[in-house]
Parts: sequence; structure tokens; C-alpha cells
Amino acid sequence: MTEPATRSVIIEKEYAHPPEKVWRALTERSLIEQWLMKNDFQPLVGHEFRLRSEPVPNWDGVIECRVLAAEPCKTLSYTWGTLGTGTVVTFTLTPTAAGTHLRMEHSGFREDQEKNYKGAKYGWQSFLGKLEGVVAGLE
Amino acid sequence: MVSDMPNAASSVFRALADPTRRAIFERLSRDGEQTVHVLTRHSGVSQPMVSKHLSALKRARLVGHRRRGRETHYRARPQALAPLVDWINHYSAFWQNKLDQLEDLLERMEP
Repeated sequence: MTEPATRSVIIEKEYAHPPEKVWRALTERSLIEQWLMKNDFQPLVGHEFRLRSEPVPNWDGVIECRVLAAEPCKTLSYTWGTLGTGTVVTFTLTPTAAGTHLRMEHSGFREDQEKNYKGAKYGWQSFLGKLEGVVAGLE
Repeated sequence: MVSDMPNAASSVFRALADPTRRAIFERLSRDGEQTVHVLTRHSGVSQPMVSKHLSALKRARLVGHRRRGRETHYRARPQALAPLVDWINHYSAFWQNKLDQLEDLLERMEP
């Protein structure tokens, strides 16, 4: 069986703040908590940590993560494990004249439906087509 | 938002997290309706295991079935994958929201 294709959520944003400051917000526990979630993060490759949000029915609110890359002020990447699925979040920082360009890519979403239902009669193509604006495909 | 993830999405994800179940689901999607016997021949596991996997897929509503004579025929229900597409959509909204919150935080932080 070949590996199924996956999709990514990619969001790019400009911040009027230098990369050093954005890096701190991405990597210091108390700051991460203020914009993302409670955590026990450390910017060390291989470090395992948890992001915690409010539990909801059928989900304890815990996201199991492991740091894959941490290059100060440039790249931060970690696995994002929840509900038996493994995806990867990668932040890439680039300095700009005004501050920082941040690219967030959340990759590894399985797209069985696209592979299995190409040309199927359920309107999947048009449905998936509408997502193209926010979701970019990759193999 | 992640915290609003519907139960349907998590049951679909759990059902498809197992590689044998995924293979069964893919075969039904690709080749159409099949009996347990045919599925067992291709799956590499025992018939009771295939039946167990089919039950899990049925619970997630990924597979439907009908009896014909003495045999039960199973088929894929692609519409059950809809929550997965929604889930990806949820994540897009989730990150948009979080990265806006990051901007608010950067404004509050000391330079």
C-alpha cells in the first residue's frame, strides 16, 4: 500500500516586530500560553511536551508534541499528535523591513477522500475545490 | 476550532488510524461492494479479524452492508469522510485565530 497523500494548512502573516521577539513568543512557556495553549515546551530538538486546552466530550484536550527543529529566530517545528493522528507544525521566520514574515505550516493531514473519490459522484471535487484557498496540497 | 471538533470526526479518525482498517476501506472504495471472504483473501489477517475491523468501520459509518442470500456484502460510504474535511477547515480557522492572538501578544510584550 502506498502512503496516502496529505494536505497542509498554511498561513502566512507579517508582524511589525523583529524575529527575535516573535521567536520568544513561539518558544517561552508563559508567552506560548498567552497566544496558544498551556504547555511544558522547551526549544530543544527531541524534547517531548504537551499542549493543553479545555477538555471536551470525547477529547481530553491534550496534544502530544515533540520538537523536530529549533533554530533560533529562523525555524521551529514540532509534531502535533491528537486522537491517534500525527501531523507536524512548522514555523518559519524571515526578517523583513517592517519586522517579521511568519509562515505557519501544519502538514500531514491525510487525504484518503481525495485519492479514493476522485471522480466519485458525491460532489467531493467541488467541496475540496472550495478549500483550496486555505489548504494547499502536497504529497 | 479544535475544541469544537465534532465527535464524528474523532470516530472517523480512530477508525482510519489502523492500517488494516484503512486497507479494507480503501479496497471497498476502489473495488466496490465485497464479501467478508473476498476481503479476508486480500487482507492478510483472519476472517474474525476482518469482521472485527468491519464492525469498527460500521460504527464510524464508513462502511455500510446488506445481506444477499447467505452472504453479507460491505460497501464504502464516502460521505462519512465529510467530518475529516471539516476538521482540516477547523484547523485553518484555529491557526488564523491563534496567529492573531500572537499579534496581540507581540503588541503587549516589551520590545
